[in-house]
Amino acid sequence: MTGVSGLLPPLGPSRAARRPSSAERTLSNGLTVLAVRRPAVPLVELRLRIPFAGNRPGHRARASLLANSLLLGTARRSELELVQALQEVGTELAVGSDNDRVLISGSVLRAGLNTGLDLLAEVLTSAAYPARLVAGERKRLRDQLRIARSQPDVVARVARARRVYGKHPYAEVLAADGDVAGLDATALRRVHRQRIQPTGARLVLVGDLSPARTLDAVEAALGGWAPGAAPVTLRPAPTPVPGPLLLVDRPGAVQSCLRLAGSAPMRTDPGYPAMQLANLVFGGYFSSRYVENIREAKGYTYTPRSSIEHRMAGSAFAVDADVSTAVTAPALLETQYELGRMATLPITEAELDSARQYALGNLALSTSTQAGLAATLAGLAGPGLGLDWIADYRRALLSVGVDDVLEQASRFLAPSRLVTVVVGDAAAIREQLGTLAEIA
Amino acid sequence: MARHSLANGLRVVLAPDRSSAVVGVAVYYDVGMRSEPEGRTGFAHLFEHMMFQGSEHVEKMAHMRHVQSSGGTVNGSTRMDYTNYFELLPSNALERALFLEADRMRSPRITAENLTNQISVVKEEIRVNVLNQPYGGFPWLSLPPVLFDTFPNAHNGYGDFVDLDSATVDDATAFFNTYYAPSNAVLVVCGDIDPELTTDLIERHFADIAARPTPSRPCTAEPDLTAPRRSRVTDALAPAPALALGWRVPDPVADLEAYLPYVVAAEVLSEGDASRLEQRLVRRDQLALSQSAYLGLFGDPFDSRDPVTLSMTLHHPATVIADAVLDALDDELRRFAADGLVDGELRRVNARIASQLLREADSVLGRTLQFAAYELIYGRAELLTELPGRLAAVTGEQVVAAVATLTPDHRAVVELVPGAARTHSAPRRGR
Repeated sequence: MTGVSGLLPPLGPSRAARRPSSAERTLSNGLTVLAVRRPAVPLVELRLRIPFAGNRPGHRARASLLANSLLLGTARRSELELVQALQEVGTELAVGSDNDRVLISGSVLRAGLNTGLDLLAEVLTSAAYPARLVAGERKRLRDQLRIARSQPDVVARVARARRVYGKHPYAEVLAADGDVAGLDATALRRVHRQRIQPTGARLVLVGDLSPARTLDAVEAALGGWAPGAAPVTLRPAPTPVPGPLLLVDRPGAVQSCLRLAGSAPMRTDPGYPAMQLANLVFGGYFSSRYVENIREAKGYTYTPRSSIEHRMAGSAFAVDADVSTAVTAPALLETQYELGRMATLPITEAELDSARQYALGNLALSTSTQAGLAATLAGLAGPGLGLDWIADYRRALLSVGVDDVLEQASRFLAPSRLVTVVVGDAAAIREQLGTLAEIA
Repeated sequence: MARHSLANGLRVVLAPDRSSAVVGVAVYYDVGMRSEPEGRTGFAHLFEHMMFQGSEHVEKMAHMRHVQSSGGTVNGSTRMDYTNYFELLPSNALERALFLEADRMRSPRITAENLTNQISVVKEEIRVNVLNQPYGGFPWLSLPPVLFDTFPNAHNGYGDFVDLDSATVDDATAFFNTYYAPSNAVLVVCGDIDPELTTDLIERHFADIAARPTPSRPCTAEPDLTAPRRSRVTDALAPAPALALGWRVPDPVADLEAYLPYVVAAEVLSEGDASRLEQRLVRRDQLALSQSAYLGLFGDPFDSRDPVTLSMTLHHPATVIADAVLDALDDELRRFAADGLVDGELRRVNARIASQLLREADSVLGRTLQFAAYELIYGRAELLTELPGRLAAVTGEQVVAAVATLTPDHRAVVELVPGAARTHSAPRRGR
């Protein structure tokens, strides 16, 4: 940051963001509803998170096919009639799933909110799963999974999750083809009855709305959604056991996917703000050591990054870089070097301030739109966090010091605590990687 | 919204909106992939990378650092007709962004070391997005050479490695001198600003950048196809086939009225579960795994000048032959053209378009980029406020007439042949 100090304009006074007005209520059927007023445009963003964790084999397949089939019609409407009715109020619902939940998302014109809620209720209480359409979705999902598994990033994520989580359900990133093949409409209807229920579910609405009136509207529309059994809680995710580097062969690959992972503190852990700053300084944003080293100095990669992923049974720290095959080992060496430096030496005050300002600014920017705020709140909904957490986190970031960052980095960024997976052309990279690490 | 020009020719658009404490800054240069000379494929994009390598008063990495340590985000992109650079920041950092953009408009650090480094980074970008990726660059790299004949429209805008490797500091300096003249750029500041104060700040930072001649635009005009064209590309990494189709559509700048029905038609055909192609090809006939129809190579109908492409991309299982997909598609398009829209179809699609436009309008960065693109391409940033009304005014007859032109006789088709489908042998390099 030399050569500019005299010229770089100072920051002006900052305008504090006001906390939006909001209301929250848990209905008698167990559904918790959070309505947040942000009236910038006459829309309402909607996110419904339904707990959907499971320990039984094939659970990932049930979640995936159910998500893809949820909107194939209801007791009263065909698939086409349903999606047309949604389109009429400006919306299209998207249904996604992961190891923890099913998430239904959409945005609806303000004037169509009540209609949108009624249609949502209709889907939740009477999704039809017509046999012929489910069979079509099953075939399509199997083809889509095959295409997904041809992507190097997916191959790497699957291998890393298996390595990190072992026998924990989080090891299953994608549904297995054989599990999908064994499902039919009858099975989906049963799963829906058991699992698509309001107990522990959270609905987030953000937009041009009156919070109190919106809660009443949701209660009127969704109050009749019948409660069920308590959702499944997964056992805590295991702490990854570092060991030999896992090399996954992708013959002829022009790049190698470097993937490292370890555990990380949950969002409610007092150490989390410092860990987030450690992540940023290492590789969590462009102005980080990792980007400066292996991209801007050495040109090994376009995409070096680190991140923290939060899930119900545990949070994880991850490092990703796709590097040219010829420089796979040198890139891994620099990765280990930068991680080791984070874990053993304090960062500078300037690095800390930069990361802190970025974290604060990024939080403000990413929650400055209806969709951004809704996505953030939906992400927080799993552990039952909300606007209070955002305010607390903001305050906590302000008091993190260099020593706090070192403490977190030494626990969670130390190379000796991380699992390493490399997906690439084994014939070309095995020998060079072997000079740095034992290979499984 | 207000516009003015500086004495050096820089066009400025200010769009105040004080509803949140956020400001967007964008600089759009009128140079894109179509401006590249032969033998220099990928140069516009490579040069975009060079604009992040420091400038007269800003060290390498420092541009990003100053924005990010002010709590902001920053990026750039290269399109057919422009290269853009933009920041989204807390509004108290506005002057920093103006200083940084002005400094690199005046004098980027084009050194041999930075160029060598960024050639490597760009090659890694192409590897991660194209060469190491099934369906990489499909169809934006594979469709233009079939639909077009002239170099500006047909060539690989990501760049051939031979061309990238031979780029020199002199090339880059000449490219900057020619195309990054202040009179060849548009600056937009949108969001939490005081227009008067902002005008003064812009004057302070940009006014002393010397004026240079405005470059002429590349000649991109070429006639529509008079016969169908079809070609195949083999994708060694892809496990299942895909199809890309392209048609020429009316010139959006010369005749926006004729162009807008195609924007609505693409929505009716492809947007959402209720759309024509989703219902027919994916749900009913189960011939396709996914479908999309869109205007503009990157899915933005208003980001380029003539010629613009209406593209369709269809992924299908290996058990379905390409012609079966094309036959069903053509049948659906014929029925649409003959029977017209069904009751309520246009009303529903319009509700969806309205909701999408509102969603985009909620983002300060989104508005900043749109104001800038519309000012650069159309000379009319105010198009942003007019588009919702103009799209809603498109009639069913106009939509049907647009769909009626999507016939096989002037269409380009690219079949993607999956190299990884038949056997379990190793995916191989080189395509």
